[in-house]
Amino acid sequence: MTLAIILGLGTPLAVALLTPCLRAYPILRDALGVLGGLVSFGAALHIACAVIDGATPEWLVLSIAGGLDLRFAITPLGAIFGLVASGLWVVAAVYSAGYMRAANESHQTRFAAFYALAIHAALGIAWSGNLLVLFIFYEILTFSTYPLVIHKQSREAMRAGRLYLGLLVGTSLLLLLPAVVWVWLVAGTLDFTPGGILAGRIDPALTPWLLALFAFGIGKAALMPLHRWLPAAMVAPTPVSALLHAVAVVKAGVFTMLMVVVYIFGYDFLAGAADWLIWLACFTILAASIIAIQQDDLKARLAYSTVSQLSYIVLGAALASELAVKGAALHIVMHATAKITLFFCAGALYVSAKAQKVSELDGLGYRMPLVFGAFFLGALSIIGVPPMGGSWSKFLLMSGGAERGMMLVLVVLGVSSLLNVWYLLEPVWRGFFFAPKDDKEITQYPLVVAPLVVTALLSLGLFFTPWIFADLVELVVMR
Amino acid sequence: MISFASEYALEHAPALIIVVPLLLAVVAALCPARMGYMLALVASAISALLACLQMQVMAGLPTDYRVSYHLGGWTPPWGIEFAVDSTAALVVLVIAVMGFIATISSKQLFLREVDGSNYNRVYGAWLLAFAGLLGLVMTADAFNLFVFFEISSLASVTLVAMGSGVDKRALVAAFNYLLIGAIGAIFYVIGAGFCYAMTGTLNMLDLGVRLPQVASQVPVYIGFGFMVTGVMVKAAVFPMHFWLAPSYGYAPMAVTVLLASVATKAALYVLIRIFMTIFGGIDVLPQLILQWALIPLALMAMLLGTILAIYERDVKVMLAQSSVAQIGYIVLGFGVGTLAGLQAGFIHIVNHAMIKGGMFIGLGGLVLAMAGQTRPSPTRIDRLAGLGWRMPITASAFLICGLSLIGVPLTAGFISKFYLVSAVISAGYWQIAALVLLSSALSVIYLWRLVEVMWFAPPEKNKGARLPESPLIYLPLWALALANLWFGIDAGLVVDLSYRAAAALMGAG
Repeated sequence: MTLAIILGLGTPLAVALLTPCLRAYPILRDALGVLGGLVSFGAALHIACAVIDGATPEWLVLSIAGGLDLRFAITPLGAIFGLVASGLWVVAAVYSAGYMRAANESHQTRFAAFYALAIHAALGIAWSGNLLVLFIFYEILTFSTYPLVIHKQSREAMRAGRLYLGLLVGTSLLLLLPAVVWVWLVAGTLDFTPGGILAGRIDPALTPWLLALFAFGIGKAALMPLHRWLPAAMVAPTPVSALLHAVAVVKAGVFTMLMVVVYIFGYDFLAGAADWLIWLACFTILAASIIAIQQDDLKARLAYSTVSQLSYIVLGAALASELAVKGAALHIVMHATAKITLFFCAGALYVSAKAQKVSELDGLGYRMPLVFGAFFLGALSIIGVPPMGGSWSKFLLMSGGAERGMMLVLVVLGVSSLLNVWYLLEPVWRGFFFAPKDDKEITQYPLVVAPLVVTALLSLGLFFTPWIFADLVELVVMR
Repeated sequence: MISFASEYALEHAPALIIVVPLLLAVVAALCPARMGYMLALVASAISALLACLQMQVMAGLPTDYRVSYHLGGWTPPWGIEFAVDSTAALVVLVIAVMGFIATISSKQLFLREVDGSNYNRVYGAWLLAFAGLLGLVMTADAFNLFVFFEISSLASVTLVAMGSGVDKRALVAAFNYLLIGAIGAIFYVIGAGFCYAMTGTLNMLDLGVRLPQVASQVPVYIGFGFMVTGVMVKAAVFPMHFWLAPSYGYAPMAVTVLLASVATKAALYVLIRIFMTIFGGIDVLPQLILQWALIPLALMAMLLGTILAIYERDVKVMLAQSSVAQIGYIVLGFGVGTLAGLQAGFIHIVNHAMIKGGMFIGLGGLVLAMAGQTRPSPTRIDRLAGLGWRMPITASAFLICGLSLIGVPLTAGFISKFYLVSAVISAGYWQIAALVLLSSALSVIYLWRLVEVMWFAPPEKNKGARLPESPLIYLPLWALALANLWFGIDAGLVVDLSYRAAAALMGAG
């Protein structure tokens, strides 16, 4: 088992280190990324199967000092996130090879290297055995994605990079780190333990404050008002927005939130103390959706949609009931596959038709049917309509709200779905039913289109069989 | 034979560590110029080696074990005593090893800044400063401490003045440094005089025993005030920090490396020694001062140093301002006054020496390559544009040290911060922990400006061929960078030794 962990974590790192050596051979360099994704995914799958069989794969690397260990231990939740991050990396590696060539971007080698490094960090977060290791990889993820955000090195990109770093590093240092130290001082351990480690060790009156440190300290969860970095980061090339700012980075944020709720607080202990967070999450869900409606820039619209969707998961964590936590864990998977599809489509539209704005999509539907079809499926999944994977997680989240007797939460989720219909189906609507404005030349790139078809079908397939995720989600709430 | 030699060396290590550089300083000054570097290298290597051996022996002994060395065979409290306990052994180790590393890199760094025919005198002063700082830590005699104070100050002033070859303002900076250093030393010696008048002894342990007996009398407190103020000047503790930025800024780069990594560390050690050993027996006042004076000063230093660094455009001065902030962290750890706080302070003494030493060596390497092309002020930040790609070996190690400075996980700086914050929180000052974290988050700003300029400058500034990099710079630099990573991942050694250092101080106090 240790070998699988080493392989899974080490492969992206090795890819990151080898990529610069293959600078002169772009084809090999890009193939390396795909290959690395396959190896990591294989390892993640192997680990996930072991977790389903009841094992907890562990790897104690070394003791840092005085009871603080550099240790990996895979929780069911970690197995889910590991599968998502490594699995979508395979698809995204293919996509980014196609996209970077088609868009004729500079610094492709640097891009590929940091891309792999970011996945390494995401897997480190997924498989971390305690809060300290999680924090370490959380920071590595921030720094390794910085060169990707400022990829264009324009004035705008540099400004976005400063905001990105400022908000993510700032919140993690000012709030998350003290929260970690607080847990360490109170509980004497930082290990992720089913049922939590804080029950009976912390004054219940202080629990909401500790939770607040976590909720705002985990800037990657993009809870309002700390969400500004995410739309700003959209200045990066689309593969970054797709894999990192729809999957790895933001999911790392909400994943951390879930880990803290499930394995540090213990959701039984937390229930009630997190009520304020429920309302903040609800506010973020609605406010971000309303902002998304006003965005004409497609990627900005998707970014605000992500902000809104991330708060579904925070909401699930804050509801702290069994069904809600299951729904939140499942939503990591469902939203990831759907949102990566949408971003892939946005990138495809950019390289093929040079369309970045929703208003520029008029009439493109029939000329790029696969892209718009995939966009349609992805949008449906996010809205939560059967037969798409997203319907399961939304259903569980709503049940969780009902379980806690909070009917208002159900209303919020319902309204949010309606808003989703408005802003996510508008591009499809325009594509098929509006008259084209001009007859631009459209070149489609197979390496760009194939991945988005795959992820769209994936999010369709996840409705019919939630695959091993169903078992893993059950394990998250099992004691 | 070897075992005999090593036993002899160990027995006399407390004296030899200082005497070797002190003697070779004289030799170096008299020798031909080209031998200066060699002699300095030998002397600092011997000191570093002895300090390592000494630490190894000390680590195997109980925490409260104290090696006492009587100079000339005169027993204390009459004769001068050198004493090494776990605390002193740690600080000596830091100073000796960092001094050695600074010496290695100094040859290249001096190349453009100091006239070659002066090397013998430069290295004479260099070794004097080095020996003086070691002596500060090792001596157990309050007056002898003043002597080492002066030795190291005067030698450092000379070294700072060497920067006049590049920029004449170095002379003004050196003169200010001289005056400030003299005032600090005089304050200290006045304080020591008061204590002597009250107790009739100058031996620190003896003072620690006798002062509490006369604790109710005013002169004791006056003496305390003078001593502490004097040392705080030397340690550049806010608000006596103002000399630090100009003298680091205008000194030759090699001298900045030496001063930044070790000089303030020795003074900080003396400061905590005064609190815990000399006045440790008096319960009320020193504790009050620790909490009500040192902690606020440390916080001011942290925030002010960081903010000044953010607004500074000269990289060398910027790093010096950041040192003011980092000294604040150490003083804060001391000010908390608990075992964990002292431990955090010592951890940061070790880590900050590695961080700042590395950063100044790295900056020196970068500037050296650019020096021919960018007079008059090669340390202006925009001069570094694109150097990340043009000097990858030096720049990447510089970056590692920089990341450690802001406390990125897996670097030594993170360990410092983690222990400091947990010490501060567990002592009940969570508001202060917030300020510590605020200051360290702000430090990301100035460090990141460097990263942006060096790696992500607009492409038109990025052009240029690879510049030559000197192994005499990047080898010691990489040694420090790797140490930053190593002690960030496997921090056990530093944490343990610092714990012993803190425990020894608490035991004595």
